[in-house]
Amino acid sequence: MSERSNGNGNGNESENDHGVADAGFDDWLDALKDGRAYSLECPDGHGSLPPRRVCPTCGATSLEERPLPETGDLETITITHVPTPSFEDDAPFALGIADFGSVRLTGQVVGVDLEDVEPGLTVRPDVGVSETTGERLLVFHPQ
Amino acid sequence: MSEVRVAGVGLTPFGNTPERTGRDLFAEASAAAFDDGDVPRTDVEGVFYGNFMGELAEHQGHQGPLMAEAAGVHAPATRYEAACASSGAAVREAVKRIRTGENDVLLVGGAERMTNLGTAGATEALAIAADDLWEVRSGMTFPGAYALMAQAYFREFGGEHEDLAHIAVKNHENALPNEKAQYQRAITVADVLEAPTVSSPLGLYDSCPISDGASALVLVSEGYARDRDLDAPVAITGTGQGGDRMALQDREHLARSPAARIAGEEAYADAGRSPGDVDVAEVHDCFTIAEVLAIEALDLAPVGEGITAARDGRTTADGDRPVNLSGGLKAKGHPVGATGASQIAELTQLLRGDHVNSESVPDATIGVAHNAGGTVASALVHVLEVVE
Ligand SMILES: [Zn+2]
Repeated sequence: MSERSNGNGNGNESENDHGVADAGFDDWLDALKDGRAYSLECPDGHGSLPPRRVCPTCGATSLEERPLPETGDLETITITHVPTPSFEDDAPFALGIADFGSVRLTGQVVGVDLEDVEPGLTVRPDVGVSETTGERLLVFHPQ
Repeated sequence: MSEVRVAGVGLTPFGNTPERTGRDLFAEASAAAFDDGDVPRTDVEGVFYGNFMGELAEHQGHQGPLMAEAAGVHAPATRYEAACASSGAAVREAVKRIRTGENDVLLVGGAERMTNLGTAGATEALAIAADDLWEVRSGMTFPGAYALMAQAYFREFGGEHEDLAHIAVKNHENALPNEKAQYQRAITVADVLEAPTVSSPLGLYDSCPISDGASALVLVSEGYARDRDLDAPVAITGTGQGGDRMALQDREHLARSPAARIAGEEAYADAGRSPGDVDVAEVHDCFTIAEVLAIEALDLAPVGEGITAARDGRTTADGDRPVNLSGGLKAKGHPVGATGASQIAELTQLLRGDHVNSESVPDATIGVAHNAGGTVASALVHVLEVVE
């Protein structure tokens, strides 16, 4: 994480392991970290996530950023014991999909005992750090 | 429109052969298919080949010509990639090509070398079938994704891990006499429930193994089969493909696989058949829950009831409609790029009556094969029938 490259405006740690950011995605993580997370919405109200030029549901090309609700509800969860090498030191960890209205997000549920993670929990999305690689990742804090 | 006949089928044993190259695996499978079909290599007009992780496992892209060469065929060759549905996609394109009359003889199949990557490496390679930004970077694995679907299924329809365990037990039982299978070993429900957890609720015995292997089919037009007086009684009469949003989080339902439903409806309509006509099925059970989602999408079980089909004996070898008599991906193995065409190979033999498990379905004339990529963002379904 030594050099800044492109696609990010505010100096957060946001490059991949080649030192190059993923424009749109890393900008979104930056926004989440700054408390201004958003989803994209087309005129018909279909939600989506960046990077995106077209509504994946209807093809509309006019997409607007809408504030993401501060919390969402976990719809499904799993405790992963066998990870990819990038999460070797993080396992076992809880992974969940949470509903935020027009979009869902997939993240690791942190700050709670694994046996207490269950569908229905209300969670707040945040930017965490992998214990294995130091890379940023999407996490959920139970509320 | 020309009818497409399966003239020959060939498989390598599926298993743990890390030192064998992809080209060697496909050479063996294709040679077996040419032997089985009694079709000369010089008649082949094209090679349709499926492979998923060749760049990661073997540092090898551009595998089409490499595999044509390995098969001893001088013809244009293209690799198809649709994650674990790669060779299902190759089969579909070959079927369409023969139907138009453009070609009469095609070599179709796939191969995957995986075990040389080790468990961690293969887990990482398989994960690239998911959305890298929104899933993999959060820690999603392939078992993790299906575990999320299983948990969502339990929540929506009920069911428990023990129901899933019966699917693994059934498929291991079916693989016992199958010499191509990676696991010719019976397991019990207790074995499944007591196995180490991979990604809850799924354990080691809910998961297909990491496998090396290859599959091949020689597909021919009905006219070619007739002119050469080939013994090719099985036809591919229906083909269908469905797609969906890439990331599981973006699907309308987390416990269903609509891409497979779309593919199934298209394939049934194409064949002029309905789910009730199906005698036997080979479906993509990369994890036990995947078999549940598959048979529901194919309308072989009502939505919400597929979970108990194995436990109730409806899909076992002695059930009304056996599913995965080959052993399925679970016990036969899952060299991902080879899987779709291998299902067609097993089903062809089941229908011809020369499969080791044909005696379980002695009167079967119609079979369906279901091949899925990722968390079923790609689905391929084919209907096979005995036509003479
Ligand atoms: Zn839209």
